[in-house]
Amino acid sequence: MLNYDLVVVGGGPAGMAAALKAKEEGVEKIVILERAQTLGGILEQCIHTGFGLHYFGEELSGPEYAGRFIELVEKTDIDVFTDTMVLNISDSKVVTAVNNNEGLMQFQAIAVVLAMGCRERPRGALSIAGSRPSGIMTAGTAQKYVNIDGYMPGKKVVILGSGDIGLIMARRMTLEGAEVKVVCELMPYSGGLTRNIVQCLDDFGIPLRLSCTVIKTHGKERLEGVTIAKVDERLQPIPGTEEYIECDTLLLSVGLIPENELSKDVGVELDRVTSGPVVDEYRETLKPGIFACGNVLQVHDLVDYVTEESQIAGKGAADYIFGKKKGGTFINTKGIDGVRYIVPQRVNIEGTEKLKLYFRVGQVYTGAKVVVECDGEILSSRKKVKLAPGEMENVVITPEMLAKMNENSEITVRIEQ
Amino acid sequence: MTYDVAVIGAGVVGSLITRELSKYNLKIALLEKCNDCAMGATKANSAIVHAGFDAVPGTLKARLNVRGVELMKRFCKELNVPLKNNGALVVAFFEDEIHHLEKLMARGEKNGVPGLHIVGREELVALEPNIGERAVAALVAPSSSIVCPYELTIAGVENAVTNGAEFIRNCEVENIQSTDEGFVLGTTQGEIKSKYVINAAGVYSGKIAQMIGDNSIEIIVRHGDYYLLDKSQGTLVSRTIFQCPTIMGKGVLVSPTVDGNLIVGPSATDIDDGGDVATTSEGLNGIYTSATKSVPAVSLRNAITSFSGNRAHPTTDDFIIGSSSVNKNFINAAGIESPGLSSAPAIAEMVEGIMKELTGGMEKKVDYNPIRPEPVRFRHMSTEERAELIKKNKAYGRIICRCETITEGEIIDAIHAPAGARDVDGVKRRTRAGMGRCQGGFCGSKVVEILARELGVPMNEITKFGGQSKIMYDRTK
Repeated sequence: MLNYDLVVVGGGPAGMAAALKAKEEGVEKIVILERAQTLGGILEQCIHTGFGLHYFGEELSGPEYAGRFIELVEKTDIDVFTDTMVLNISDSKVVTAVNNNEGLMQFQAIAVVLAMGCRERPRGALSIAGSRPSGIMTAGTAQKYVNIDGYMPGKKVVILGSGDIGLIMARRMTLEGAEVKVVCELMPYSGGLTRNIVQCLDDFGIPLRLSCTVIKTHGKERLEGVTIAKVDERLQPIPGTEEYIECDTLLLSVGLIPENELSKDVGVELDRVTSGPVVDEYRETLKPGIFACGNVLQVHDLVDYVTEESQIAGKGAADYIFGKKKGGTFINTKGIDGVRYIVPQRVNIEGTEKLKLYFRVGQVYTGAKVVVECDGEILSSRKKVKLAPGEMENVVITPEMLAKMNENSEITVRIEQ
Repeated sequence: MTYDVAVIGAGVVGSLITRELSKYNLKIALLEKCNDCAMGATKANSAIVHAGFDAVPGTLKARLNVRGVELMKRFCKELNVPLKNNGALVVAFFEDEIHHLEKLMARGEKNGVPGLHIVGREELVALEPNIGERAVAALVAPSSSIVCPYELTIAGVENAVTNGAEFIRNCEVENIQSTDEGFVLGTTQGEIKSKYVINAAGVYSGKIAQMIGDNSIEIIVRHGDYYLLDKSQGTLVSRTIFQCPTIMGKGVLVSPTVDGNLIVGPSATDIDDGGDVATTSEGLNGIYTSATKSVPAVSLRNAITSFSGNRAHPTTDDFIIGSSSVNKNFINAAGIESPGLSSAPAIAEMVEGIMKELTGGMEKKVDYNPIRPEPVRFRHMSTEERAELIKKNKAYGRIICRCETITEGEIIDAIHAPAGARDVDGVKRRTRAGMGRCQGGFCGSKVVEILARELGVPMNEITKFGGQSKIMYDRTK
């Protein structure tokens, strides 16, 4: 058994930021367990730029953004095990991991930070009818083939889903000489960042079809084409709108799912909407001493926010380890009227610091107000030019606001048109 | 090449026949038109070892099903294939369907199925708490089991190859000539001569029989769609839940799989092309609606994949097993639809018997080994066993598939096993890498890498399942 103060599961941007923050706070023995061969997580295959605008005030590529944190980690005495898969976290915070060098390892932790990231929703979850030939994969898998392995998965491409990875891959495949025929989006709006729609589709003349989906795949061995169709308000295909598009590749960018199998096994309670753990403002789950941050907690669109969130978790874990974590009175936050969820789900009303509530909306709004309310009193109300499901928003809660609340209070955030 | 026996088709039937014949001093070739075994109906069916109450008494189906259930235990034990005796229920949703359950019970008893009995709603709910509200009674069949059909087939081929049989992939039989010495088969792998031919070509068995002028076999391709749900749904029911057959059809089943998933299906549509395994939205919608009648909690939110298979439905409604009327040395094992998986061991035994008669007795191999060693299954091991295993071979310390906890060592084993994996789906069927909820999103590219390395070919030559199903094209710019 190896004894550590803090075990961080996952060495992507979330895990690294949490570990570094905990180190800065004085935590002595920290280990990061990473399943890939290097630290950096998914950023390693995101060779496009656009990372770090908020956090570093400059535009970096994914590997550059990760690189800055990897350098910092290397300067500390944080232990790192790469190519190492965590198999299990026990109730008493024994983390069992395995790799092909050290074999099976067990780490006894005082605190654990969950930073496993997320995975892409696969085809099977969509129930698209048709054949199951090669040439159908998630956009992230294609991204790995192109950017890491140096192989093209196909030449004529249809992309289903306008999530950010799908948009990025539309541009990437085009730059590598493939023809991206169309990006279909089931919803009447894109789930990706506006800047990605402009820079990855518009600039290359790639059509984005909203309220449109793939209803059938064709081709026995290799994909030969797909049938797409428009959908109605209930998202059902409209008969008569079917269109056959010849292609050898179908990339799916249809959602990300926080990877919480380890969390579930150890009994961490999950939020039904985010599919991530329920946490308080310190990013502590309902299991004392187990924290969560990054995409395992909620799917982010900007890594800068992942870093911010993970530093909170790192600080929370450090406080827990030093027995400094204050008790308090926790109340719930709740998203209503267009606000799909809020992270953190729980807030300490005895807290003395300013905190942010992160949320996403369920549809596109223009000129709507974000209203924060508690016990019938409006705490803040701010007009936003545009709100979209693809962009994470936040509102600030001040200690002054918290001071007025009691144990039965509930903070709600809603959209007012 | 010249053989004593050529078995056409490496589905569960062909593979188990080959294995039974590999006991004897015979030169056997197992010919498969795809890049792997278990590529037809075998890889896409309900994965049930039926108790045997469904088939009409006196038919081959009835006899071989019940005998198959008996033999399956030994086959699975020798081949180290998990077999779970979970029992089955046939559920009635209306009072007047109960008499149909009684009929099924009487039929089953005539077929020799043990332990059949009918329970009312109360007992039914006690057995399966998640059963639908409208269920009023059920026939209980304790001897029904679940098994993974492709695992059984792969193990059968492996064992046959270990015992000297040859497995020839990508070998489509295009024509057959009868000669004085036997048969000459024109195949996509060249000419193959054999004294005896066994036709286990599934949906193509009619076509193969026609090649020697035997036009007696007529196969209708019956298409069925299925959903496979996440392991989180695998415990919704513990038994296989059938619906009482009505004039509207047989209904769909809801069953746990031996690997802990939940399977729902099949639909049934007759089609023309035996190779067309595209799922249909009508079929998928239909089975979902029907399944929720049995188990309302079935949720497509937890679907991890959908697939379809083509059953070889014979117009005679019964299995066609025996020497062809055109040439006695050409043995048909055709029209094997449900309960084909359940009957497969008994079909193999029956064909073995036919061969004994035709040859006037076959000589047993002295070194025949019926045991197929159990593959390493890291996911089922204790912490201590895992630590010990990795000490012996470090490749077992590298997890490739996160969802199913599959190690690099298991994938390497699957590639180098007798009749091992040659493509990504082959690795998936042998190890379960890519079979989980992310469907290979994380491990797919690593499996391609390992296949390329172990087979000594570039990554862009690796296919999903042979033929043109390449995963990647050229290098990037």
